[in-house]
Amino acid sequence: MDRLLFGDNQFFGINHMSEEKARAQAMRFQSTDAIMAVLDAAYDAGIRTFMCTTHDRIAEIGNVVRANPGRYPDFIFYPCMPYAHKYANAVTDLGMMGAITNFMPEDGFLRTALSGGKALAGRDIEGIAKVLIDAEMKMFRGLNTPVIFMQNVFTDLLLGMGYTRALKVFHDHVKEKYGAEPAFITMNMPMLFEALTEEGIENPIICSNINKIGFRMSGGRDRYIETLKTGKLRAIAMSVYASGAIPPEEAIEWISELPNVQSIVFGASSRGNIVNTRDLVEKYMGLGTSQAAQ
Amino acid sequence: MTRKIKVAVVGLGKMGLSHFSIVNAHPQVECVACDATGFLIDVLGKNVKNKLYKSYDKMLEEETLDAVVIATPSRHHATMVRAALDRGIHVFCEKPFCLDWREGDALAQLAEEKGLIGQVGYHYRYVGAFREMQRILETGALGTVHHVLAEAYGPVVLRPKRQTWRTQKAEGGGCLYDYAAHPLNLLNWVFGAPQVVSGSSLNSIFSTGTDDAVISSLKFPGGASAQLSVNWSDESHRKMSTKLSFIGTNGRMNVDRQECQIYLRKASDAFPDYKEGWSVRYTTDLTEDPWFYLRGEEYSAQIADFVEAVAAGETTARENGFRSAAMTDQTISMIVDDAGRPGSAAVTPAPAVVATKDSGGRGWRSLFGR
Repeated sequence: MDRLLFGDNQFFGINHMSEEKARAQAMRFQSTDAIMAVLDAAYDAGIRTFMCTTHDRIAEIGNVVRANPGRYPDFIFYPCMPYAHKYANAVTDLGMMGAITNFMPEDGFLRTALSGGKALAGRDIEGIAKVLIDAEMKMFRGLNTPVIFMQNVFTDLLLGMGYTRALKVFHDHVKEKYGAEPAFITMNMPMLFEALTEEGIENPIICSNINKIGFRMSGGRDRYIETLKTGKLRAIAMSVYASGAIPPEEAIEWISELPNVQSIVFGASSRGNIVNTRDLVEKYMGLGTSQAAQ
Repeated sequence: MTRKIKVAVVGLGKMGLSHFSIVNAHPQVECVACDATGFLIDVLGKNVKNKLYKSYDKMLEEETLDAVVIATPSRHHATMVRAALDRGIHVFCEKPFCLDWREGDALAQLAEEKGLIGQVGYHYRYVGAFREMQRILETGALGTVHHVLAEAYGPVVLRPKRQTWRTQKAEGGGCLYDYAAHPLNLLNWVFGAPQVVSGSSLNSIFSTGTDDAVISSLKFPGGASAQLSVNWSDESHRKMSTKLSFIGTNGRMNVDRQECQIYLRKASDAFPDYKEGWSVRYTTDLTEDPWFYLRGEEYSAQIADFVEAVAAGETTARENGFRSAAMTDQTISMIVDDAGRPGSAAVTPAPAVVATKDSGGRGWRSLFGR
């Protein structure tokens, strides 16, 4: 994994501080061109990995990258799935069973079984999960996706229920079918790390909030630091600036002193902010040869 | 450390699954669950450690429960809540509470008589910015509040669609019960029950069985008025967005899930942390991290309050008690009544409030020449 990864919240009207700012961003990034302009600035600053939700609009970004191999020879996608709103809406429309049936292939065994109200065995549930993962991955066909994430709403829902077997199913399918590294986004990192260890998943990639003021670090900042110090994991830090509450240099310096933080994922909308973060990370953590300033 | 309590989550739909996850993750809880959908129970049964039931009655029969969290379709609430209270079990129930507010009041009465906690899932009262709103209003820093615009918008029904209970008015579906209940509940929190409701309309945009938009004017004791504008067929909002804008004699305040913006004409001695002119407080600064996070701190915080109150042997809800939820049910029913009688205003059913100063609908009627 590269030291610096580029996130996508800013492109889709997600802002933890203000609905007005979120709306302004949604307006600015209505066109794929506007998103590509920012991605180009990041790519040209040496930030080649785009960590993105499996949102319909991401398919358009994939199309641009696919069509321009000369411009983007090293462009990397880290898909994060599922795009929860799609499923939540389907459940509202069709009910729980209807929604699952709806996402199964037209002529497949699973659709027939589900429509017929047939009792499903454990392996069928795993089959359903795999079909859903494959559906989410369709938009990335032919693109480079070395790490694939489960989104936090889904990870944490399963984690809270203790349905951690599903995390293992995701893990194994991503490895076997895509030859990629499975990874998890969570708002409950210490608890997830323990659950993954119990499922026999070693040295997992976990992306979670990690910041100096402990913003949205559920279970407490101390437990996060303890897990980073004593656990064997590859951590990705997000919300390192805590939505702007921590001055950038102070934020990055603090992160750089933690063990096991391999990468930082950040969002920005301007070349200036992209370069600032890149320079700070280079100063305190080093970027490695692949991301050296260009 | 208080003792561990046993809690059953009932109804594993969209809210129920989320409650199950949050309750199950709570360190003070031993959790069981119940859902009438056999498929879901079969799948979960093979994959989670909890004891699961398909029948609510059987579960009540077999388990010794301290509390239940009820997240079934709204029409089942009253019966299920009563069954739990009758057995001396504390109750957390999803909103809207009861489709008939009189039933809600009766359940509040029953819970009070038995010394049981009855709480309802109006989670906005646990959002940092809305808590700050209430704190500001209690200090009187805004002066006398004379008007509020209460809004909620979001993308739920965006085309004609299949019928579910959420799209059936008689089952507690529709934009009024599902969306408008939230800003109404916040208005009740601030002002109590409205005296007069007028100018209401329940508009269908895509739905056939129910409303997709709600408009109403509410007049509260003390003279404040509120304009309600709610629409769940609005995809310009990524998810549900609830906003209250207050105008008072000493300023203005705009509050949503993210932030509380306040403008004061004059700084208030009673409220030294806000200066003259604009100040902004963010939910992210006003919120403490919960033990477990799923979808938002407020969902964990309301469950934490409930669980801790039960474990500590308390006898009333810390927030969102049955009485206050029944008040919101009553406000909803006033809007339904008013919308069904064009040209007339719905007045609070006796004996909640005494006389009203005016018909509450004068401006509206003269505008349309009625």
